[in-house]
Amino acid sequence: MTYARRALAVARKDVAVERRSKETLNALVFFSLLLLFVFQITLGADRDRLAAVLPGVLWLGFVLSALLALGRTFLVEREHDCWEGLLLAPGDKSAIYLGKLASNLVLMTVVEALVLGLFVIFFDIDIRRALPGLFIVVALGTFGLATVGTLFAAMTANVRAREVLFPVLLLPVQVPVLLATVKATEALLLGEPLGAVAHWLKLLAAADVIYLVVSVLTFDVILEG
Amino acid sequence: MIRTLGWLSVVALVAGLVMSFGVAPREVTQGTVQRIMYVHVPLVISSYVAFIVLAVASFVYLLRRDPRADRVAHASGEIGVMFIGLGIATGSIWGKPTWGTWWTWDARLTSVAILFVMYVGYLLLRGSIDDPERAARFAAVLGIVAALDIPLVHFSVYWWRTLHQPPSLMKPGGFTGSTAILWPLLVNLVAFVILYAYLTARRARLLRAEAEAVA
Repeated sequence: MTYARRALAVARKDVAVERRSKETLNALVFFSLLLLFVFQITLGADRDRLAAVLPGVLWLGFVLSALLALGRTFLVEREHDCWEGLLLAPGDKSAIYLGKLASNLVLMTVVEALVLGLFVIFFDIDIRRALPGLFIVVALGTFGLATVGTLFAAMTANVRAREVLFPVLLLPVQVPVLLATVKATEALLLGEPLGAVAHWLKLLAAADVIYLVVSVLTFDVILEG
Repeated sequence: MIRTLGWLSVVALVAGLVMSFGVAPREVTQGTVQRIMYVHVPLVISSYVAFIVLAVASFVYLLRRDPRADRVAHASGEIGVMFIGLGIATGSIWGKPTWGTWWTWDARLTSVAILFVMYVGYLLLRGSIDDPERAARFAAVLGIVAALDIPLVHFSVYWWRTLHQPPSLMKPGGFTGSTAILWPLLVNLVAFVILYAYLTARRARLLRAEAEAVA
């Protein structure tokens, strides 16, 4: 099998498993609904205050669901004792990484679309004009989160206290992505054109490329044993 | 060799201390409290030196699988976290009387705080893996990711307005302040880098002794 087909095989397997069992997805959907309740309860019903913190709260929702989703990347294999089977796959191990990254991106896209929809309904915001720009920001930001998240998930899968360690490692590294996405989302929701946030988009693109290259190059080292 | 480094750092630190109180002038508006700069700036800069050494040592470890490189990275991480923590503490003590606040989310304070938590995470990762070979591999990957993240962190927080006084040493056009300030600062900087090298060498030797005791 070629490199690309091996990566695709891993991604297809994960998507199929998730589609049939809905183990992670069901919990994530419910979790994002609960997040909205929590935000509403803690922030109160004051509309002006909500509008001011909305971009940050939206990304908080994305990040919290991403932490849950990405942290489980390699647990399917652990829980069902398929870890060794995955490791025995021939050829360059980074194909496994790319496959896992792809299935994570699919999962996160589904959850984020849902969170965004719930935000529009419950907080009554109008995002139609900002939607094309928002799509680019969310895509770049999600890619950045998922690249490092998938790498760190492999790292923490075999470590003590992995549930705590995963966010502790991921969040500081992701600060540039968070700052860029929140600031860009804020500007877009205020009706500014995409050109006004070009510097943030460039930073996100640079971060995505750096994270992807490092992850592909170092993934082999993590799976060694 | 290590002992010489230790004595050298003692001499340099004493010289730096004498210069920051004897040679450096009393700052006109801030008063004596400004002299904390002669400790604060060298601490932060030498913590960056530590993190660069950590990244290079991590890279060397992944290439050669030499446990010595891993011990240097581990020791540098610990000393770097200690230095950057002390840098944040001295900055707070300096900030209270001059800015009127212990802490503010100014650009450079934020980036330093992010680096601090990032490298605390690095030490936490090392601490939660029992197998030393695996700990070395994982930590090396994290060390490289963290180092590549430093410019991104700096750029992203740079686009905030900053309260911090602009850098006085490394800026376009070179240093423009008085040499009475520059020399004490440089002597202290050299002293703290030597201190970092000494503590790292000590810690690396201790790590080797620990590894040999287990083996």
